[in-house]
Amino acid sequence: MSQARLSPGIVPGRLAPEDLALNFRDIAPPLTAHEAQVAADRCYFCHDAPCITACPTAIDIPLFIRQIATGTPDAAAMTIFHANILGGMCARVCPTENLCEGACVRMEAEGRPVEIGALQRHATDGLMARPGHPFRRGAPTGRRIAVVGAGPAGLSCAHRLAAKGHEVVIFEARDKPGGLNEYGIASYKTVDGFAQAEIEWLLGIGGITIETGKALGRDLTLEGLTADYDAVFLAIGLGATNALRTGDEGIGNVGDAVDFIAELRQAADLAGLAVGRDVVVIGGGMTAIDAAVQSKLLGAENVTMVYRRGQDRMTASRHEQDHASASGVRIIHNAAPVAIHGDGAVAEVEFCYTEDSPEGLVMTDQRFRLKADQLFRAIGQRLDEAPGSPALEGGKIAVTGPGRTSLDKVWAGGDCAAGGDDLTVTAVAQGRDAAEDIHLSLSP
Amino acid sequence: MADLRSDFIGIKSPNPFWLASAPPTDKEYNVRRAFQAGWGGVVWKTLGSEGPPVVNVNGPRYGVIHGNDRRVLGLNNIELITDRPLEVNLREIKQVKRDYPDRALVISLMVPCDEDSWRRILSQIEDTGADGVELNFGCPHGMSERGMGSAVGQVPDYIEMVTRWVKQYSRMPCIVKLTPNITDICKPAEAARRGGADAVSLINTINSITSVDLDLFAPQPTIDGKGAHGGYCGPAVKPIALSMVSEIARGADTRGLPISGIGGITTWRDAAEFMALGAGNVQVCTAAMTYGFKVVQDMISGLRDYLDSHEMGLPDLIGRAVPNVTDWRYLNLNYVTKAVIDQDACIKCGRCYAACEDTSHQAIAMKPGRIFEVIEEECVACNLCVDVCPVEDCITMRELEPGELDRRTGIRRADYANWTTHPNNPMAKAAE
Ligand SMILES: Cc1cc2nc3c(=O)[nH]c(=O)nc-3n(C[C@H](O)[C@H](O)[C@H](O)COP(=O)(O)OP(=O)(O)OC[C@H]3O[C@@H](n4cnc5c(N)ncnc54)[C@H](O)[C@@H]3O)c2cc1C
Ligand SMILES: Cc1cc2nc3c(=O)[nH]c(=O)nc-3n(C[C@H](O)[C@H](O)[C@H](O)COP(=O)(O)O)c2cc1C
Ligand code: SF4
Ligand code: SF4
Ligand code: SF4
Repeated sequence: MSQARLSPGIVPGRLAPEDLALNFRDIAPPLTAHEAQVAADRCYFCHDAPCITACPTAIDIPLFIRQIATGTPDAAAMTIFHANILGGMCARVCPTENLCEGACVRMEAEGRPVEIGALQRHATDGLMARPGHPFRRGAPTGRRIAVVGAGPAGLSCAHRLAAKGHEVVIFEARDKPGGLNEYGIASYKTVDGFAQAEIEWLLGIGGITIETGKALGRDLTLEGLTADYDAVFLAIGLGATNALRTGDEGIGNVGDAVDFIAELRQAADLAGLAVGRDVVVIGGGMTAIDAAVQSKLLGAENVTMVYRRGQDRMTASRHEQDHASASGVRIIHNAAPVAIHGDGAVAEVEFCYTEDSPEGLVMTDQRFRLKADQLFRAIGQRLDEAPGSPALEGGKIAVTGPGRTSLDKVWAGGDCAAGGDDLTVTAVAQGRDAAEDIHLSLSP
Repeated sequence: MADLRSDFIGIKSPNPFWLASAPPTDKEYNVRRAFQAGWGGVVWKTLGSEGPPVVNVNGPRYGVIHGNDRRVLGLNNIELITDRPLEVNLREIKQVKRDYPDRALVISLMVPCDEDSWRRILSQIEDTGADGVELNFGCPHGMSERGMGSAVGQVPDYIEMVTRWVKQYSRMPCIVKLTPNITDICKPAEAARRGGADAVSLINTINSITSVDLDLFAPQPTIDGKGAHGGYCGPAVKPIALSMVSEIARGADTRGLPISGIGGITTWRDAAEFMALGAGNVQVCTAAMTYGFKVVQDMISGLRDYLDSHEMGLPDLIGRAVPNVTDWRYLNLNYVTKAVIDQDACIKCGRCYAACEDTSHQAIAMKPGRIFEVIEEECVACNLCVDVCPVEDCITMRELEPGELDRRTGIRRADYANWTTHPNNPMAKAAE
């Protein structure tokens, strides 16, 4: 056992490198050819299949599964990519139990869906491993479009625009493209640098330039972009995070879950990454789950996730919750933080039990404290502030139809735009649809 | 508990499940293990004349048709008759029969189509103790090119002639194994009966090419870039075999001729169906080749359970469905059914809808929430929906009560009437 395992405070190297490697390996390894065949054979080839309706990108699932079953996985991959150019990432990160697989008629039949996500990965991995890129850029139109943000929404939009022959420049604030694919998604879902490999593959279509380190609002203005380009697509995600009501500023070892995750995703060596012995995560979504699970996998002894409402209100899927529990994370429902105790740095977090009532959440007089040497906030992200001030709706950029904002020549999609779940696949769908709409608007 | 003991043309076996003449019965080692597993009898792999044995190809012998999960649905082979020396086979047959006197052991034969060859082989097998002979007039590949197997089975006169020789030179019960590669199965069966056969067995394999290698452009199995047609067997051939068995069971000149049913029998249910259509016992090859000898155990327990639950003995089952096999023209045109979907069992896959809407009678409505409902006004009762529905018994066919209105035709259900008296039939006889 490594020396640091039970050290108090935030320390690196709680686990030996081989244990870390084991903990952070691919959570759902690819299907073998045999497994894929068996899984594909289970699809009924439904009429007007409910799984298609449940997929935000509306991939023709029965068709691609049949293509796998008949021994043409590359054709299956093309069916997927035509609808969803990030089908490789989506196959890894989609909460399929809430999407396609949740709607699969096999759920009704025997409670075990066709493994759509795993089959999607099987097909896309195969085609992506081949040299080159399977789509060709359309004949140049001479039109230029600026995409702001190189996350799934921006990349999907750019690829579709390039396929139509437009020239695309993506401006990305960070050093690397990918958005949350690169900085957010749990690392065991997308191992071996898949996010960057996928982007490189996607850019193979040609006609897309990415300029990293260029932030709208800092290095660029929306007015400037609309003047220089034929259209602008805003895909800036949700950059800011919500703060706790306890007033947590300035207390040591209290931080944003998204920052911890981003640091983890970028760490060259996980053994160098520090984590507390007693970690508390506040929140009930995917981010909270990922921060909690990955803290545990890094070697934290006690990890507790605390959500202020009941389990049925958690936005993390049941599958994600079960995964957290199985990883050793304790989940407490119906408790809200009321105070952070500690001398300079957090030592304990005090909670109050809550009850869901018709009037909303009510605090009870039951309180408890959790020991904590590290506290993560994961209570939601929000839009930094919309640069260039398009109209907002519920704190996000208001859009009508396929991503049209209140501003002329400006479209928006992905997490930063109102409507749809904050999911990778939804971002891909919105980017794609905005591209089609932009293309239409530019067509004579 | 139902008694499964079987007496087929005087050949006794503890159950009616025999292994057909094929690789499973190729040698003593196999047959002993088959008997240990519980098989009631075997038809030994076909013997040829003495002298240098036939040679088989040294490349692949089988082609296959797979269903879901690589389930073997059909098998095709280009194997010939036994490639082991006659004396070895005879010695082994004698030893096995001595050790398993209660099991049926029938010898399959195929020798050139002349009297001498047949007289000779019959005298050679005389003292093996075997219970009978089966004449292989069915093998459709290789041997048929040499004037044997199906080359004989396709010419009724030859069947009759050879059968007559066999009955003349041997006291053993004689089963004639028929080839399905003909147009009317009754013709060779009649010839066998005229020649004095005690029974017929059918079917042997069907001429087939199971697949084509799309890189080599050659049939599979491919031997050095070429392929020849083979013989098809396994679950896929069962419907063809059942139909042929029923034709013989009810044929004017073949009725009453004992039948050993063969072709695609995989479960006790398949076996029971053959017997209901008139087979006195059954023979199995592909199921054993796919799953091993143990499959017989489910056949035994399954048939026993079925007979017990229906309070039937084995003889009650044999031929019981034959009177219900008729010609199309005698089917009741006033029998009306309608499809009914069990909404609780329905998993909403929409396959019934696709099948009916695209290819049949537009008699299923797809309603909001993926509710599928039969439109009785359109339903012709074809039952395609029942067949394509992945959930067993989710769609059933409801028989209209006498006098009930058929909402498609606007006619109330009337008494039995068939095509022979139907007004649209130009040859109709006036109804009695
Ligand atoms: C921790 C975590 C885990 C998640 N796990 C999953 C999961 O398992 N499955 C799933 O489906 N979804 C998951 N999500 C949600 C998913 O990642 C997002 O819904 C998705 O990435 C949204 O894509 P996007 O392109 O709209 O935004 P983002 O991915 O956030 O990309 C926005 C991009 O814009 C850039 N940018 C921002 N502001 C500017 C600016 N002013 N100028 C230039 N560039 C800018 C950002 O740097 C970023 O690269 C997770 C989210 C988080 C936070
Ligand atoms: C590999 C193989 C070899 C066969 N050889 C013979 C044979 O030598 N003599 C014979 O009468 N039938 C032979 N048959 C046919 C079988 O006895 C049987 O009639 C046929 O396979 C149909 O039964 P099944 O569907 O249970 O396999 C052979 C079948 C196979 C698969
Ligand atoms: S993209 Fe996601 S939701 Fe759509 S089919 Fe693939 S795994 Fe399912
Ligand atoms: S719902 Fe399930 S079974 Fe039907 S097409 Fe989709 S994956 Fe196949
Ligand atoms: S085929 Fe069967 S299960 Fe599928 S929708 Fe029709 S009735 Fe329902």
